[in-house]
This record gives sequence, structure tokens and C-alpha cells, in this order.
Amino acid sequence: MHIPDGFLDAKTAVAAGVLAATGLGVALRHAQHHLPPRRVPLLGLAAAFVFAAQMINFPVAGGTSGHLVGAVLVAVLLGPSAAVVVMSAVLVVQCLMFADGGLSAIGANILNMGLLGGAGGWAIYHGVSRTVKGLFGQVLAATFAAWCSTVLAAVACAGELATSRTVSWSVALPAMAGIHMLIGVGEGLITALVLVAIARTRPELVQPDPAIEARQTYGAVVAYGVLIAAGLALFASPLASRWPDGLDRTAELLGFKERATAPILAAPIPEYEMPGVQGSALATSLAGVVGTLIVFVLAWWLARVLVPHRVRGEGRESDTTGQGP
Amino acid sequence: MRHDFLDRYSRLDSPIHRSSAAVKLVAAMALVVGTALLPPSGPIPLATISLLLIAVAVASRVPWWFLVRRILLLEPFVLGVAALALFGPGGWRLFLFLIAKSTVCLSTMVLLANTTPFSDLLRVLKSARVPSLLLTTMSLMYRYVFVLLDEAGRMKRARASRTFSRQRALAWQTTATVVSQLFIRSSERADRIWAAMCARGWR
Repeated sequence: MHIPDGFLDAKTAVAAGVLAATGLGVALRHAQHHLPPRRVPLLGLAAAFVFAAQMINFPVAGGTSGHLVGAVLVAVLLGPSAAVVVMSAVLVVQCLMFADGGLSAIGANILNMGLLGGAGGWAIYHGVSRTVKGLFGQVLAATFAAWCSTVLAAVACAGELATSRTVSWSVALPAMAGIHMLIGVGEGLITALVLVAIARTRPELVQPDPAIEARQTYGAVVAYGVLIAAGLALFASPLASRWPDGLDRTAELLGFKERATAPILAAPIPEYEMPGVQGSALATSLAGVVGTLIVFVLAWWLARVLVPHRVRGEGRESDTTGQGP
Repeated sequence: MRHDFLDRYSRLDSPIHRSSAAVKLVAAMALVVGTALLPPSGPIPLATISLLLIAVAVASRVPWWFLVRRILLLEPFVLGVAALALFGPGGWRLFLFLIAKSTVCLSTMVLLANTTPFSDLLRVLKSARVPSLLLTTMSLMYRYVFVLLDEAGRMKRARASRTFSRQRALAWQTTATVVSQLFIRSSERADRIWAAMCARGWR
């Protein structure tokens, strides 16, 4: 989902950059004030962990494999501000050292995967895990949040590409959202499996630290909420069919097309585009709602399988027996 | 072990490697932003920048096959996004132009990464007043990413020599255990690092 250089125009890159910089600023400030100093090295190690974990492959089918993205996992284990800092560090290093993700698109990438993926994912996790208690609730919430954050980031990514006019919204949204609804299932599954495995050996890592929780100020959370809402409003609101109106498209097509490009290539495109514009956005949003419900049910079932009844609510007990190597 | 494939040639000795990291970073930034903002047009501007990049690459004495391999490694991502443009109003021409543009930017960044040690880039970012917490996180990440990759490799090998199942569900479960262990070991290592940092009078 890393956007490479050259696909965003100036206004999109700058707008995303401003949102990302503000979000990162809030996260850094919040972490500086509320993170205990002993956890500072943990941020660096968590960033290295995310990078290393992304290299571990999970077999999917027919020789293909997937890997963890890790934004929600880090958010669950370290909290939202730390997750934003960690994911931003990962993205900057990936961009500078490996040219993975563009330099001019770094703002958009931090917005998508750091803010929407990390802080947005954490908000969903927090909401669900507060209503459903125990390790069961945590696994359910993390699975669901991991899927949501993947899809959310993909939608924002599609919106940024569409706002830049490099791709049309009616193509980008179904393609990006569709693919990432599948990828998100894998992400949710891996997040759940890893979380349960951590809870089994070191339950205290999964339990929220009361010392930190007490000092949690809600200012940062509100700030993330505003930024995420602004990002979605800016880039994902063409969902309400603001962007792709037929006349505009036709004019652009006629204006852009030169005689050199063969009409054989250009002709099928308008026919394919026009009727589907409104329909595909609607269909995609409908599919999104249905998909979200299905994923929630699947997450519930997965959490039930991974956290059997006898383990539920016994978090403290296994803590004192101190099992594990 | 051998994780130097990540930035193996960033410490060579050449005129490009010797020039200041700040200059290289700013030049790369200007080049990338300039190229990225190029409106769809003929191939001449892109070809000019490519020639410039090739000249820099030759002067840097980084093996060309290494650079080409690094660029090709990342090209699928470019193709993936560009493929979406095929269905858009731009069609083939925009598709080709986007690929060319993005590849030029990619080459710039690959060249930057392989002519400048990452620690030098961090120093530049520090003098550019990037917040210290982010810098600490990035430098610790750079320091320990190789350690953790080694650790992950060892755990993977140990797991492969003990579990023989081809069952996919089991493979996922064992791999998830490896990932979870990696996190646990990272957090334990972070505690030790914190103790070491305190012992050396950090802050």
C-alpha cells in the first residue's frame, strides 16, 4: 500500500503531508509527556520488530504469501501515540533506506498507515474491547480493528490517487478496497494469532498498563479523531459522488486524448466508465458494509476458537503461575 | 550475519560517497519532487534526468547490477498502482508516463540510499530539527533491525527443523508464534537497552 513517487499531485501531497505532520506532532508530544522514559527504547525496538515481522511470510495459496503490517498489533500493545510514532519511523526508514514508498508521498503514506492504520485502528480496538471484556474481547477487537484499519488505509490511498487524478475514483476504490478487504482478513488473522500467542507467554504485555492508562489524556485521542475525520473528508468523500461526474470526465477525455492514441484503445473506456460511475461507488460502499458485518462475525468466531471459555477471565491467574520459558 | 545487502554499498569511497549527506539529501528531494510534479509531456525531461542519474551512478562506483536489482525489486509496486491508471481517462500514454516518472524517482532514492550511510542521513535530519523522539526511534530501529532479522532467521530455522507439517493452519499458528516470540524478545531487549542507557547516563 506504499504509494510510490510520481502518483500524487502537489495539492494532494501537501494536504496529506500537513495532516500527517500534525498527527505525528500530536503523537510525539503525547508520547514525550506521557510515555514513561523506560519505554523509549521500546519504540525503536517495536519499529525494528515491525520491519522484521514484515519479512516473515505466511503461506496463502499457490505459492503466494502474505505478511503482517502490524499497525494495529503495535497500537494494541503500546497504545495509539506510540503506534503512530513507530509506524512513521518504519515508513521514513523504508523510504530513505529502501526506496519503498515515495519521498514526495511520505505524508500520504504516514497518513494512511500511521494515522488511519495505527490511531484509527486503535480507536476501533478500544471501542470494541471496552464493550466486550477479557482476552476474548481483546482478540475480537484486535482482529476486527486490523481488518478495518487495512480497508480504511486502502480507501484513503485510493482517494489520494483519485484526488491527484492519476487514476479515476470509480476504478481505484473497487480495486483497492476489494483487494484490501481480502488482505485485511489475513492481517486480522495474523494479528489475532500473534496476540493470543503473546498473551499465552507474557500476559502482562497484553494487559493495558494501569499506570499509563491513568495518565492517558484524551486530548490526543480527540486530535487523532479530528485529523482522521479531516483526512477521510478530504480524500474519501468522493464516495458521495463529488468527483466523477460524467460531463467533466468526457471533457477531460476529449481534451486529453490526442490523435496519436488509437481510438481502438480509447473507445472502450468511456463505455465502460459512464454507466458504472454512480453504481460502482454505491455497490462498493454496500459491499463494504456487508463485508464489515461478515468480518465482525468471523472475528467473533475466531476469538471464540482461539480463546476457549476456561481461559477467559483467567488472565491474572496465569500471570501468577508464570508459565512459559 | 549477512544483512548488509540492505545498504551494502553505502560506505564505498567515491566522489559521490564523500560529498556531504545534506547536499545529497536535498538534491535527491529536489529531484524527486521536481520529477513527481512533472506534467504529462514528452520523454525529454525524464530522459535528461535519467542521464544525470546514470552519470551519478557511474561516478559512485556502486555495481550497476546491484542498483538495477534494487530498482526491479520495487518496480512491481509501481506497476501495480500504474495499472489502475490504465482504466482511467489517461489510458496507455498516462500509464507509460507514470511508470517512467516513478521509476526515475525510485532510481534517485535507491541511489541516495546506496551512496549515503543511514546514520549520516539521521545526522542531517537531526540538524534539520526533526523531533528527538522520532530520531531516537529511527536510530534504534536502524541499529536493531539487523539483530532482529537475525533473531527471526534463527527462530525460523529452529522451527523448520522441529515442525514437519505441511498443513497450512499449523504453519500459520507456528509462524504466528515466531512473530510473537520476536515481539517478546524485542521488548525484553528494550528493557536491557534501557538499563544500559541509564548506566551510561542517558539524559
